[in-house]
Amino acid sequence: MKKIHHAEASSYFIEAKDNEAFHDQRLWDLRQKRDREAAVIPEFQELRNLASQIKEHTLTHLAEYLEQFEAKAQANGVTVHWALDAAEHNRIVYDLLTDHSVRTLVKSKSMLTEECELRPFLERRGIEVIETDLGERIQQLDNEPPSHIVVPAVHKLRGDVAKVFARTLDTDPDNDDPNYLSEQMRVKTRHFFVDAEAGMTGGNFAVAETGGVVVCTNEGNADLSANVPPLFIASVGIEKLVPRLDDLAVFIRLLSRSALGSPITQYTSHFRAPRKSGEMHIILVDNGRSERLGMEEFWYSLKCIRCGACMNTCPVYRRSGGLSYGAVYSGPIGIILNPTHDMRKYSSLPFASTLNGSCTHVCPVKINIHEQIYGWRRVLAKHNQLPFVKKAAMKVAGKILSDPQKYRKTIDVADAAIEHLPRFLLYSRMNAWGRQREVPAPPDQTFHAWYLKNREGKQ
Amino acid sequence: MSTRDLILDAVKRNQPQAVSLPDVPRFDRDEAPLLELFKANLERMGGKLAEFTAGADLNAWVAENYPEAKVVCAATPEVSGNRAITDETDPKTLENVDLGVVRAVFGVAETGSVYLSERQLSVRALGYLSQHLLALLDPADIVGNLHHAFARPEYTDNRYSVLMTGPSATADIEGVLIHGAQGVRSLTVALVANGDGDSITV
Amino acid sequence: MKAALFVPCFIDAFFPEVGIATLELLERLGVAVDYPLRQTCCGQPMANSGDQADAAAVEALFVENFKGYEYIVTPSGSCTHHVRDNFDAIPQTQEVQEVRSNTYELVEFLHDTLKVEDFPWAEFPHKVGIHNSCSSLRGLRHASMSELAEPEFSKPKALLSKVKGISFAELSRPDECCGFGGTFAVFEEPVSAKMGYDKVNDFKEAGAEYVVSADSSCMMHQQGCSERLGLGLKFIHIAQILNGANS
Repeated sequence: MKKIHHAEASSYFIEAKDNEAFHDQRLWDLRQKRDREAAVIPEFQELRNLASQIKEHTLTHLAEYLEQFEAKAQANGVTVHWALDAAEHNRIVYDLLTDHSVRTLVKSKSMLTEECELRPFLERRGIEVIETDLGERIQQLDNEPPSHIVVPAVHKLRGDVAKVFARTLDTDPDNDDPNYLSEQMRVKTRHFFVDAEAGMTGGNFAVAETGGVVVCTNEGNADLSANVPPLFIASVGIEKLVPRLDDLAVFIRLLSRSALGSPITQYTSHFRAPRKSGEMHIILVDNGRSERLGMEEFWYSLKCIRCGACMNTCPVYRRSGGLSYGAVYSGPIGIILNPTHDMRKYSSLPFASTLNGSCTHVCPVKINIHEQIYGWRRVLAKHNQLPFVKKAAMKVAGKILSDPQKYRKTIDVADAAIEHLPRFLLYSRMNAWGRQREVPAPPDQTFHAWYLKNREGKQ
Repeated sequence: MSTRDLILDAVKRNQPQAVSLPDVPRFDRDEAPLLELFKANLERMGGKLAEFTAGADLNAWVAENYPEAKVVCAATPEVSGNRAITDETDPKTLENVDLGVVRAVFGVAETGSVYLSERQLSVRALGYLSQHLLALLDPADIVGNLHHAFARPEYTDNRYSVLMTGPSATADIEGVLIHGAQGVRSLTVALVANGDGDSITV
Repeated sequence: MKAALFVPCFIDAFFPEVGIATLELLERLGVAVDYPLRQTCCGQPMANSGDQADAAAVEALFVENFKGYEYIVTPSGSCTHHVRDNFDAIPQTQEVQEVRSNTYELVEFLHDTLKVEDFPWAEFPHKVGIHNSCSSLRGLRHASMSELAEPEFSKPKALLSKVKGISFAELSRPDECCGFGGTFAVFEEPVSAKMGYDKVNDFKEAGAEYVVSADSSCMMHQQGCSERLGLGLKFIHIAQILNGANS
């Protein structure tokens, strides 16, 4: 697999000045709306503590909750499948679809199906797949992955969408009014709900005590996908379990507030059993999760409820755009999830962070994201996955900084400071610093030299 | 070994040290009357609250407020409608419904949501394929927050439950809020007491 | 009271005036200051790159220089954060743990330990914008963070408020990272520079004459950005203002 180069990819997005400016402002706006919600709910921080504890409890008892959930769901008349990895998941879906002679599948947004690359898998086998979330549909029509967990096309401007729709939906290329574009999408998508033989959703939560899958959307497209066609398939990661409805309340109170700063999504649906004369299937998917559960430092990332708050607050993500991460999951949560799938390919991602820690403090389930990013850097170094230049610079820096004589020799000559310092303190060629920034002027003397002259000598 | 057992085995092997399950408080607190809070949140989420004077004729109100609605499908007896629905109705036939009418079981003040299950919808799709939705709600049936909502017995009794909060919405193009993305274009909650068709003023 | 002064490598080399101000300020406040001459760095650059192996000898040297002191004071939030929270490339002996817990960043040392009531010598008739580095803000809790919706507090502002003539510029995004991030500044140059530009523009629009911070490294980056953009902002370490610098 080709390595991802986040820095290089980010420069393309930053060059698209209007997109970058809008992207930063829009996500910052979501962060501020989230802050207002956090401020008006007196128990907001207590809810975060509860959410974190409930998730940690569930993950440390996951096997029993999975079994309880399965038994409940089966008793409700749902067929439960288990998939070890993406390939098995996709095969289960495909077999279900062919068994039911499905030609068209409508689906709502699911990061898990993105992770499994389900859409291309089915399309290659002749099944038409229609994403029904507006943002996700835009990305599907533009042949791009979602750039954000919650708002998949947030990196695009209205003009970009107008171009995509004109090309793929035959809309007016000169009309970029979001109302017009959304209405066109509605008109051109709605018949699929009625015509499709199957519908699919992901799952935000799975409640062990009810056997129900909970899906949250603002468009109602998950309910359309699940409730109109006769066959309904929900794909759910095994980490999505919560024990009780009491626990669910905590997460529903936090989810949309953290994601979008709204008290709840327009639709919060709890699917326990098939609709009349319909079938319902739930696929419980592992795909690396059970393995991650055993990673002492990193299992906490399984608490994630995919709200995107860490992305909205991340100053790096807001400037670089989700596509620069080259992965299904972008932003801070992506930095700590992706290397568990492929350490080498995603080895640059843990360095796409200033370790500022904002993500950790907005996370509704209190994942210590920035500490895990830091932890991944150590793992990468241990596995010789640091970029060569960085590794070489660190070797030199370590040698100089652990030897007072060498250190003094390197910096005590004032002129030499500017000559040598950026190299070993900033660890790269001067031009990376100086391309868009001025280089600090060298002082006449170091502090050390001043001290020797003004203090040490006088004692 | 089956995939199921492989996964459960791996999970059991890798489960970190047990963490206990906390009790979840209900976070009750005295604040604005529930109805006012419900109204504020519903409107914030793009829903509307219908206000009535005592003895108002709901059918006349529907005719007046949805003049364009040719097909009115009511799953609750307070409104007559002109399209019958039973739990046997094929969801696809609801594609051309202009107005769906249902009675919600309860409302949630914290979020402005109304609770519906397939008992109220007859057919789940009525809540989504209809162009507009009118939900009747007894103002006495509003709970404070989501902790109370999810503690209701309906969640364990019903096959399908939804908290509906305003119309279908999207802000996926440049953050511009648009109602009627895929589901209903509007959601109106009409405060009508249960059973007797009585209405109240807010 | 006796304290050891740690002058981090980049302050030693680029901003000696910050080290001097810190030393003089502590002396003015009656602290007997030692400056161990064999000091270099705390090991943060290597450790933040994940390179524990190369951080170890630097951390060991730091302990060698500063062991036995009850107070180790440094005008750098990020170095303090490293020593206190991440300094574990070497075995955690009693000695190492003591050095870690005895290391203080200057602002918190003045605010929490010395509880300085006033700086009668300090006057700074300028509008300043405060930059809290992320290490200081979220690592050392110098100030309330907007993420937590907690009651507002700011240790650097509380100290600066005791300086005659000073006024404050309010940023639109006060807690936003400036994009320095150590090696991030060069390895992620496009994003780093964009973040820096946004930050200095925020200071400029807020009407700040000076940017003041407890972290010179962030300011080195911001100054580089401001100068490139020609914004005319001036940058000064909080130690300098508290020590009576007036321009």
